[in-house]
Amino acid sequence: MSEIWAGMAEAFLLIWSLDADLIDITLRSLQVSLSALVIASALALPLGTWLAIRRFRHRRLVIATMNALMGLPPVVVGLIVYLLLSRTGPFGVLGLLFTPAAMIIAQVIIITPLIASITHQAMRELWSDYHDLLISLNTTHGQRIATLIWDGRRALMTAALAGFGRAIGEVGAIMIVGGNIDHVTRVLTTAIALETGKGDFALALGLGFVLIALSLCVNLAIHTLSRTEREGRW
Amino acid sequence: MIRAILIALTIAGTAASAETLRLAATTSFNNSGLSDVLLPAIAQDTGLDVQLLVVGTGQAIWLGQSGDVDAILVHSKSAELAFVAAGYGSHRREIMYNDFVVIGPSGDPAQVRAATSAIEALQSIASAQATFVSRGDDSGTHRKEMALWTAADHEPADFAAWYREVGAGMGASLNSASAMNAYILADRASWLNFGNKGDLSLLFAGDPALFNQYSYLPVNPERHAHVKAQAAQALENWLVSPRAERIINGYEIGGEALFVFNARP
Amino acid sequence: MVSQDLYAQLHGVVVKRRGKAVLGPLDLDLLGGGFTIVLGPNGAGKTTLLKVLHGVDRLTSGSVSWTVPAKTVRQGQAYVFQRPIMLRRSVRANLAYPLQLLGLPKAEISARVAHWAARIGLSAELDVPAPRLSGGEQQKLALARALIRGPDTVFLDEPCSNLDGRSTREIEDILCDASAAGARIIMSTHDLGQARRLADRVLFLNKGLVEERGPADRFFAAPKSPGAIAFLNGDIIE
Repeated sequence: MSEIWAGMAEAFLLIWSLDADLIDITLRSLQVSLSALVIASALALPLGTWLAIRRFRHRRLVIATMNALMGLPPVVVGLIVYLLLSRTGPFGVLGLLFTPAAMIIAQVIIITPLIASITHQAMRELWSDYHDLLISLNTTHGQRIATLIWDGRRALMTAALAGFGRAIGEVGAIMIVGGNIDHVTRVLTTAIALETGKGDFALALGLGFVLIALSLCVNLAIHTLSRTEREGRW
Repeated sequence: MIRAILIALTIAGTAASAETLRLAATTSFNNSGLSDVLLPAIAQDTGLDVQLLVVGTGQAIWLGQSGDVDAILVHSKSAELAFVAAGYGSHRREIMYNDFVVIGPSGDPAQVRAATSAIEALQSIASAQATFVSRGDDSGTHRKEMALWTAADHEPADFAAWYREVGAGMGASLNSASAMNAYILADRASWLNFGNKGDLSLLFAGDPALFNQYSYLPVNPERHAHVKAQAAQALENWLVSPRAERIINGYEIGGEALFVFNARP
Repeated sequence: MVSQDLYAQLHGVVVKRRGKAVLGPLDLDLLGGGFTIVLGPNGAGKTTLLKVLHGVDRLTSGSVSWTVPAKTVRQGQAYVFQRPIMLRRSVRANLAYPLQLLGLPKAEISARVAHWAARIGLSAELDVPAPRLSGGEQQKLALARALIRGPDTVFLDEPCSNLDGRSTREIEDILCDASAAGARIIMSTHDLGQARRLADRVLFLNKGLVEERGPADRFFAAPKSPGAIAFLNGDIIE
């Protein structure tokens, strides 16, 4: 127990003194996960919306698959991406393995189904509200999607933040495809794994607190947004 | 605060000036702390930015075979020779050695302290059925452990529950041993640099059978044309240089030297 | 004098839900402008008829044809639902929405929005979120939103069924103005008083079929079908 207190004290010192390694790792975590978020949202938000309003033959199958993909174990995704990006794999010539780009790719694959699924559920509810009106007003397909996305933007924001939370805390996939290389692909989660393995709990705890703080901010943001929803302000 | 901004800018930009080289090295090499001293010196003297992938020997060899790295630094002679023989590595260059030690609970229920050889130490542990943590990850350390069991006429596959394979790197395995208060075979450097010793202490060392040779193997450019053969050669030249010799021999933890430089020019 | 021109025809229209016919078979010629009131007991198919005419519900069989080309027919129509559908936006944004869909210039949109907001007495509430309005205000907003494009036909599905007397009067006033300006109003209602007040023509629906139709004064004075007689009598029709 005394080790934990000692570790917490040193962690506080690291944060307070803005330790260079800590900053480097934190910024890279944000860079990787935010990039993954932007790309995944660009894919998932239109997809989820489109699935909510279009009727086509295998729609239920697609929706079920998308929901199932949410449960993809991240480490398995990491392994598959690793094999694809390795020099012996089909995309090896791109030389992406062990770079932040590979980590972003893996995280995009992991969080896109999550964002798409939440988006779909929110858009489906909104569409059932707006359905008769938008058809009556003779809207085009594109106008419908735009209206739903704009009026449902808070729910979409929640979906995106959920994806971000998943990404920033992920460790298995990015450890495999990134290689946890110091100053290149080391991020908060992989650094925690490394320092814990070395028995250096002070730095690991410091990194852990930063990660918790980031996750807390994200969750607070979601909470604030959804509360405005409940208060009746759209 | 200014430091933070400067660091942010550095990350945002690209470090275009230094040439990068990918080296796969074993967890025991990194856990010893030696890499933290060598890498800056290498950058200073050669301008090379060595990107270090810290993995087990098995994965390091796999990375070398697939050409995902430019060179490997491992400590498993038989695997290394096979690597070169199969044409994946251009050659093998011995750099330095350290030794393995037997770590265990300070109470020493298996009486390892009294052993006169490494094999005897392991035999004592087996007969006492004392809890033993094995790397179990096909690393150099793990292979050394397996070789010792074989020499002691034991088959680890037949061991009962006292033998725990954790399938992890050196640090993580030491963590497990500390938590279980178990025996474990570790390289001296990782042990000295390990921060969570708990009740464990060094019980046996010094047997020549515990000799642990580290070698440098560049990936063969004839196999993988894209590898940075020149940079790998530059790194090799540095690793066998007098400067490297001074740093490696001079690296100490708690007043104890960990590695012995034995590269031949 | 209300026009007697044909504007729409229904040929063999049948709408089935879960295997049961809720509307039809219907063969109907729709004529003239002014107020056409669709009357009938609950479950008669009034809502379905309106939606079919507007093209929002799918036909199981048959067809609806208008005298204007099919592609443009819905552009000149508007629909007010029984429960107002509000966009989750401000009053102003709700009013502006149909005009934005048309790509009208901003100045034009602002002008029309201001005019109609005043017309429904919500000028002070332009920036209030529409879902926060009362039922009556929402329905007036829905009506203004429907009329803001100047449609030639307006469908209303029991628009005043949940409203108090004051809101009902306000809505009827707006509808009368719209009719006077040349719009054709097709409206279903429960409220016999309202029907008598507004109707030029009546369509009496019972069990999915048009039991009786004709000019309003003739219908109310001397209904012919047993269903209509019972309905006007205030009896329950099963």
